[in-house]
Amino acid sequence: MFRIVHKRQLSDAVFEMGVEAPRIAEKARAGQFLMLRIAEGGERIPLTFSDWSAQDGWVRFIFMRVGKTTHELAHLEVGDSLLDVVGPLGVPTHVDGLGRVAVIGGGVGAAVAYPVARAMAAAGSEVTVILGARNADLLILEDEFRALDGVDVVVATDDGSAGEKALVTAPLGRMAGEGTIDNAMAIGPAIMMKFCAQTAREHGVPCVVSLNPIMVDGTGMCGACRVTVDGETKFGCVDGPDFDGWKVDFEELMSRQRIYVDDERLADAEYSRECSCHL
Amino acid sequence: MSSVDSTGAEKPRHKASRAPRTPMSERPAKERARDFGEVGMGYTQEEAIAEANRCLQCRNATCIEGCPVNIDIKSFIGHIIDGEWSQGVAVLKERNALPAVCGRVCPQEEQCEIACVLSKKGEPVAIGRLERYLGDYDLACEIDHRCVPEVADPSGRRCAVVGSGPAGLACAGELARLGHAVTIFESLHAPGGVLTYGIPEFRLPMQIVETEIEMLTQMGVEIITDTVVGATVTLEELRTTEGFDAVFIGNGAGLPVFMGIPGENLNGVYSANEFLTRVNLMGAYDFPKADTPVWRGRKVAVVGGGNVAMDAARTALRLGAEEVFLAYRRTQDEMPARREEVHHAQQEGVEFKMLCSPVEIVGSDGFVTGFTATRMELGEPDASGRRAPVCVMDSEFTIECDTVIMAVGTRANPLLSNAAPDLELTSRGYIVADETGATNLEGIYAGGDIVTGAATVILAMGAGKRAAQAMDGWLKDLS
Repeated sequence: MFRIVHKRQLSDAVFEMGVEAPRIAEKARAGQFLMLRIAEGGERIPLTFSDWSAQDGWVRFIFMRVGKTTHELAHLEVGDSLLDVVGPLGVPTHVDGLGRVAVIGGGVGAAVAYPVARAMAAAGSEVTVILGARNADLLILEDEFRALDGVDVVVATDDGSAGEKALVTAPLGRMAGEGTIDNAMAIGPAIMMKFCAQTAREHGVPCVVSLNPIMVDGTGMCGACRVTVDGETKFGCVDGPDFDGWKVDFEELMSRQRIYVDDERLADAEYSRECSCHL
Repeated sequence: MSSVDSTGAEKPRHKASRAPRTPMSERPAKERARDFGEVGMGYTQEEAIAEANRCLQCRNATCIEGCPVNIDIKSFIGHIIDGEWSQGVAVLKERNALPAVCGRVCPQEEQCEIACVLSKKGEPVAIGRLERYLGDYDLACEIDHRCVPEVADPSGRRCAVVGSGPAGLACAGELARLGHAVTIFESLHAPGGVLTYGIPEFRLPMQIVETEIEMLTQMGVEIITDTVVGATVTLEELRTTEGFDAVFIGNGAGLPVFMGIPGENLNGVYSANEFLTRVNLMGAYDFPKADTPVWRGRKVAVVGGGNVAMDAARTALRLGAEEVFLAYRRTQDEMPARREEVHHAQQEGVEFKMLCSPVEIVGSDGFVTGFTATRMELGEPDASGRRAPVCVMDSEFTIECDTVIMAVGTRANPLLSNAAPDLELTSRGYIVADETGATNLEGIYAGGDIVTGAATVILAMGAGKRAAQAMDGWLKDLS
């Protein structure tokens, strides 16, 4: 059992949660993820670390309430427990020697971008974080990013309610075009990562992306997370989650993310009905 | 059987019956193919006694040599003849921690039963079914009355076992019996390895696996789930910070292999590992009651000819597929699957398309709609001794289906070894170990699929057990 020691609501549907997991906290690195299962009969879902403390023995992640499992998760409070938490999984993000680097965090992707930007800055890179969201309400962790040493922050929202009214690709394209960045890393929805990689590529800037395919075990056993990179099949869980964004087949990734939409809708509807019965 | 019992009275000499091999009743194919209940019903007491009585009780019992863990088969069958169930169970458990599991999934026909003298004359004693009978007898007992092997006095030594599949469980059981404190580290949320995520309920009920594992915990074995050795803790840390004196690695060959043909990443293409894990471990057959979904195809193709392919095909039927067929590049004679499994699959309506090898999976809107295959013919024998399949030129044809399950093998998972750079591996990533399981690192042993490549439950158990004995010797030399 893994006790919940922290919970914070970041926006209407986005939550930050911390669980006690000393062994995992000791090993966690930026860009890695955990698998969790709330209770018996639950599914295993991957969530990338948003923070951790080896000293205090906890790890944190940020999630958006979208389906049954994340709805259930959002209902849990500090003091409750998760049945299973496994990690740290995946290859840590490469953070050394990146020079001037843009880290793009779109929507909940900002959660993953936070420790990544922190680690890159600590390794001596000049980091500019581009935070993107549909609107100001959905923007998360802006203050935390601004508090990081050696990190500049640029904000872009679709409706202009915070920062500039633009997609994240606008500031990224500008910086890449002006030659003020050597590297980029994009973390967010697949479609955003696709366009970030495309924009960076137009200017010859390498762009790593942190992919979020469907997983079951998260340890290389099932292959549900297959992605095509440079024409070759890779497993998101053990070969990734970071890949060269220039070479990722994003269309396939997005298609594979949709395989269970009908099932997910059904599970969510059943869950809502059950919840309303218990009210 | 001529022997003296505890009261000193001589028992009557055993005279073997000449009756034919006793069949085991099975649920009708039509009925069982739509649910996950067990196929074989097991022997009744009368059937078990009748079958045991066929045993010749040979002076030189060759069957024992045929068993990878050398169970004293003659003796446990002798106990069945005499109606001494608990004594029979004790004999089994001296050598095998999981008799109810092995009685179901061991390929006895190529191990103990083929070595049975009667097999030369036609029908060997049904050793597997008798093992299952005793295993089930034990599981049906109240927990306090179950047979728990005697545990030696504590040695003061601590052993770590990586992986709770057949190799790890057998190793842990033996180490515990020898008096060592044992901790098993399992990466998934439930112990059992392939017994839990891979072999379906209708062939090996989860309850049986759970109960047999429970016996190990009764012997003092500790099982820690949710811990990936190589990620949560490294091999080296097990020896240093975690303070284990010896380590056994039995993490299996769990990485699924795909064919590397176009279209394999379409939605509806599964590795058998994923398909079976969703259904068995995650309970997707019960969706939406269980949260994990599985794509339920109407027309399902399974590629492969091993036991895993049979398991996947029969599972697809049970999930409601209208049609399930198996595409295999050789013929039924070369199939590595157990004959019994092949027979069951055919009875239940799995269609076999032999000499057929997919070359491309096709789809629309990201989902599978079928595959193109080429006809094969059998050529000269290859390294495996089986006739190698060869493509027939210009023989391509298309088959419609909405699901393709790849059951074409597995390979070593590099998670553990990546974090253990000093551990010697083969060019294919398997761990190099000698016949005792010793690796190039002192105090680190390995066995099962991670050494041999994908094999059987009992071979892995044999390797785990042998390693435990070697570890015991090594630990004794330490002090």
